[in-house]
Amino acid sequence: MSIAAHLPALQVVLPLISAPLAVLLRRRDLAFWMVTAAAWAAFATAIQLWLQVGASGTISYHIGSWPPPWGIEYRVDRLSSFVLLLVSGMAAVMLPYARTSIEREIPEESHYLFYAMFGLCLAGLLGITITGDAFNIFVFLEISSLATYVLIALGRDRRALTAAYQYLIMGSIGATFIVIGIGFLYLTTGTLNLADMAGRLRGVESSRPVLAALAFLTVGISLKLALFPLHQWLPNAYTYAPSPVTAFLAATATKVSVYVLIRFYFSVFGESLVYEHLPLPQIMLGLSLLAMFGASFIAIFQDNLKRLFAYSSVGQIGYISLGLSFDSVHGLTASIVHLFNHGIAKGAIFLLIGGIAVGIATPGAVAPAPTFDRLAGLAKRMPLTCFGIVLGGLSLIGVPGTAGFISKWYLILAALEQGQFWLVGAILLSSLLAVAYVWRFVEVAYFRAPPAGHVARKEAPLAMLIPAWLLIAATIWFGLDTSVTVDTALDAARQLMGKAQ
Amino acid sequence: MSSAAASSLILHPALVLIAGALLLPFLRGTARNVAVLSAPTLALVALWLLPEGRLWQLQWLDYPLAPLAVDKLSRLFATIFALMAIVGGLFALRQQSRLEIPAAFLYAGSAIGVTLAGDLVTVFLFWEFMAVGSTLVIWSAGTPGAWAASRRYVAIHLAGGVILFAGITGQILATGDAGFHAMRADSIATWLILIGFLINTGAPPISAWLPDAYPEASWSGTVFLSAFTTKTAVYVLLRGFPGTEILVWIGIFMIFYGIVYALLENDMRRILAYSIVNQVGFMVVGIGIGTEMALNGAAAHAFAHIIYKALLLMSAGAVLAATGRRKCSELGGLFHSMPLTTICGTIGALAISSFPLTSGFVSKSMVTQAAADGHLQAVWLFLAAASAGVFLHAGIKFPWFVFFQKDSGLRPPDPPASMRWAMILFAFLCIALGVWPDPLYALLPYTIDYAPYTAAHVITQLQLLLFSGLAFFVMLDYLKRTPTITLDVDWLWRIAGPVAAQSFRDALRITREGLNEQLLSGRQAMADSIARHRRPDGLLLRSWPTGGMALWVMVMLLAYLALYYLR
Repeated sequence: MSIAAHLPALQVVLPLISAPLAVLLRRRDLAFWMVTAAAWAAFATAIQLWLQVGASGTISYHIGSWPPPWGIEYRVDRLSSFVLLLVSGMAAVMLPYARTSIEREIPEESHYLFYAMFGLCLAGLLGITITGDAFNIFVFLEISSLATYVLIALGRDRRALTAAYQYLIMGSIGATFIVIGIGFLYLTTGTLNLADMAGRLRGVESSRPVLAALAFLTVGISLKLALFPLHQWLPNAYTYAPSPVTAFLAATATKVSVYVLIRFYFSVFGESLVYEHLPLPQIMLGLSLLAMFGASFIAIFQDNLKRLFAYSSVGQIGYISLGLSFDSVHGLTASIVHLFNHGIAKGAIFLLIGGIAVGIATPGAVAPAPTFDRLAGLAKRMPLTCFGIVLGGLSLIGVPGTAGFISKWYLILAALEQGQFWLVGAILLSSLLAVAYVWRFVEVAYFRAPPAGHVARKEAPLAMLIPAWLLIAATIWFGLDTSVTVDTALDAARQLMGKAQ
Repeated sequence: MSSAAASSLILHPALVLIAGALLLPFLRGTARNVAVLSAPTLALVALWLLPEGRLWQLQWLDYPLAPLAVDKLSRLFATIFALMAIVGGLFALRQQSRLEIPAAFLYAGSAIGVTLAGDLVTVFLFWEFMAVGSTLVIWSAGTPGAWAASRRYVAIHLAGGVILFAGITGQILATGDAGFHAMRADSIATWLILIGFLINTGAPPISAWLPDAYPEASWSGTVFLSAFTTKTAVYVLLRGFPGTEILVWIGIFMIFYGIVYALLENDMRRILAYSIVNQVGFMVVGIGIGTEMALNGAAAHAFAHIIYKALLLMSAGAVLAATGRRKCSELGGLFHSMPLTTICGTIGALAISSFPLTSGFVSKSMVTQAAADGHLQAVWLFLAAASAGVFLHAGIKFPWFVFFQKDSGLRPPDPPASMRWAMILFAFLCIALGVWPDPLYALLPYTIDYAPYTAAHVITQLQLLLFSGLAFFVMLDYLKRTPTITLDVDWLWRIAGPVAAQSFRDALRITREGLNEQLLSGRQAMADSIARHRRPDGLLLRSWPTGGMALWVMVMLLAYLALYYLR
């Protein structure tokens, strides 16, 4: 068999192996090249898989040639190939950035551990996305989560430890709920294969264990994706983690959780159960609106730039869950596109903030927190960084020409399809909140006089600027050319809703 | 020119100008001055090299967009916008603020972008750029008043943008077509679009943003502001909602609103700002009437209006730059030392009053004629009465108080050459268009057979002007004794009695101040409560204890379980 047939396995195995190898090698440069090579290979694999799925439909790969439902199945359809693309692409771009960035953020002796954990986290996230097996999802979820806790705790700020601990507790509760949910489903259906499970659930949908499973899974996954009001672990974790970790988590971890939610709702439980018999859409609509307005509003009053954009993430996740609550092709498309677009934009912004932390640090010292009082007149010193953040911010606002606009557009289409003009108003008004928090940065960086004795001009190192600007360019690109994002998302949404063309 | 050569020369004029705006901050000295003049000139040349038709097509989502589409109407508006950018740039050459001209070019370029947009999405895109550019223009004046005004201004325009965007999305979804064609205000979506457009014309009930914000800009900034926002709105109404009857009455309201408040006002540039609302009112009436003659009139009037209003504001700007004063009661007698500014300001004043042989006459009379042709007696009567009112507030009051009246003792010289030539150029155009209107008529969207200089037209207009001029001379004595502006009105303007006018004015002032105050006090209260919450132990911002988070998880789980159980 050629290597092409084993791409789904390689997708996960490569990063998974790179992690222990990085530990064994111990030299930080070797570890870096090991994990980076694995991430690039994973990205290449993801592109290849995405093309294959686009051309010839869903790929089913049987691990060890055991046929499902007995063996573990890796299943790549339009949706999962799209998320694989996002996750591996982000890792491929961010690892080179991390190499320069962590020199100032993580003690040198732990660098090889950082790369190992990064590799594990990547492998876990890719595994969650690609697997077609319920218990496998849990296993990979734990792999990625455990790696994440370590990554957050690597931050130099001592509060990073508390943040990591809190995330550990909350993440474990979430994972427990998920495994309880999966357990209920296993008891009811006797299978762990998602596709098989979906078939066997027909007929017993409204039995108590299935409903309990739905509740446990919903709450557990909501916790992982930081759906309001279960988001409280997120701001601290994002604020105190090292910058490449924040960027990677913001771009991928919550997005993969959204993927899991979509997978369970649409591929396992089926939309008729989730949407027609239960008040779930209404609850989700309410929580989404709370996130869109509440979290964005809180974001406006933050003093720490990282924390500001962390709250903004909670708000943006509100748009994603809002799309889910519509139960329509356009709504689902909006969610999937926004998952992708927001991942890119927010990843770019956090990368650039990492550059700011380097820029405002006195040489040799630990990078200080990017609070607004340190950012006055920053645009004079770091014009490229600041302009990049503004462009990313425009995408968060949803300005036409940026990727954020495309997702908002579909969200609004979905709202209009249901004749809910007030929701259109709500979506647009919440965009104004985004204007407000982005404006805070603009005002401080561009219009406030720089402090006395500031350095004339000191951009972040190129190794950090280039990856960040790659993502910013992608944000603009996907705002203008929607053939990749929207077409894939529409296809995926149709596939999930059983309305494939 | 062969068609192949023509197609190879397709440049988007708006992008040319915006590129110039982005380039300008990096230039200094002569290179900058050359760039200021050449960027809009290049845009104008690029515009006239364009053939008609939908030139740029692209597929966006499921909709074909046409970011560059040219017909006679759009070429007319884009031409005057580019012309305005050239002359405004010339006038502003000596402006100290480095931000203002780039901002103004972004603003002008976006306005051109709107006029050349063949689809609603592009319209919206440039519409928002326009809001950003104009806000920056106001803001670059650098005074606290300008800062506050720019914030109120941008708040209103962002809200307008939200309304417009909701409307556009609804319209595209309903029709499946993103093209920008004539619409009928018969659904929520089209109404939202109409409201979004009208907000930018300065239509009631929120006309106040215009006289509130424009006079706060710098001496050169107001010149730019007067031209683009409202006239772009006129353009989109012309294209999108011709013949929508409600526009007639909205326009008439705007006409009288502008006259009443301009008569009551003391700040010379605010007088002119009110008169923008008034003049745009004439155009909106024309669009509402909707016959070919009326639409032509509205378009021609927009063209002529941009020139003479810019001329008036340039003369006011020259006075402001020379004296630093803006109140009519503190000015006067400037004709001694500023003869050129006086002449140019007076030509602008004559043009806005539609004196025969000026550009205002050949354009406004078309709207009046259209009202008469359509047997809209009431409308015609209003328009005729308003013509007299325009003469009073802008035609006589502005030049009289600023340049003549009592001698204030000020002897500032005429402005520097760049400003002088900008004024001379537009003063020449005011006269030239009045004497040879045919080139302007040839640019209009519909072919017309209209002769402005018939005996009836000229005599009617002269009668109106002479009568109101007579009124002004009769009360001149009275004015000299007590230059109280409110008194002029109840004597002259019997339609709105002094009480009504004053209380209305108060209401306006109160709304304006109230809005300010409310925003301020609201902000204060909000800031207080935020300050309470944002202390390290504040509710919103403190880090929640882990137990608290876990509690929320349990609450959510129980809620879901209970809901499923009870369903």
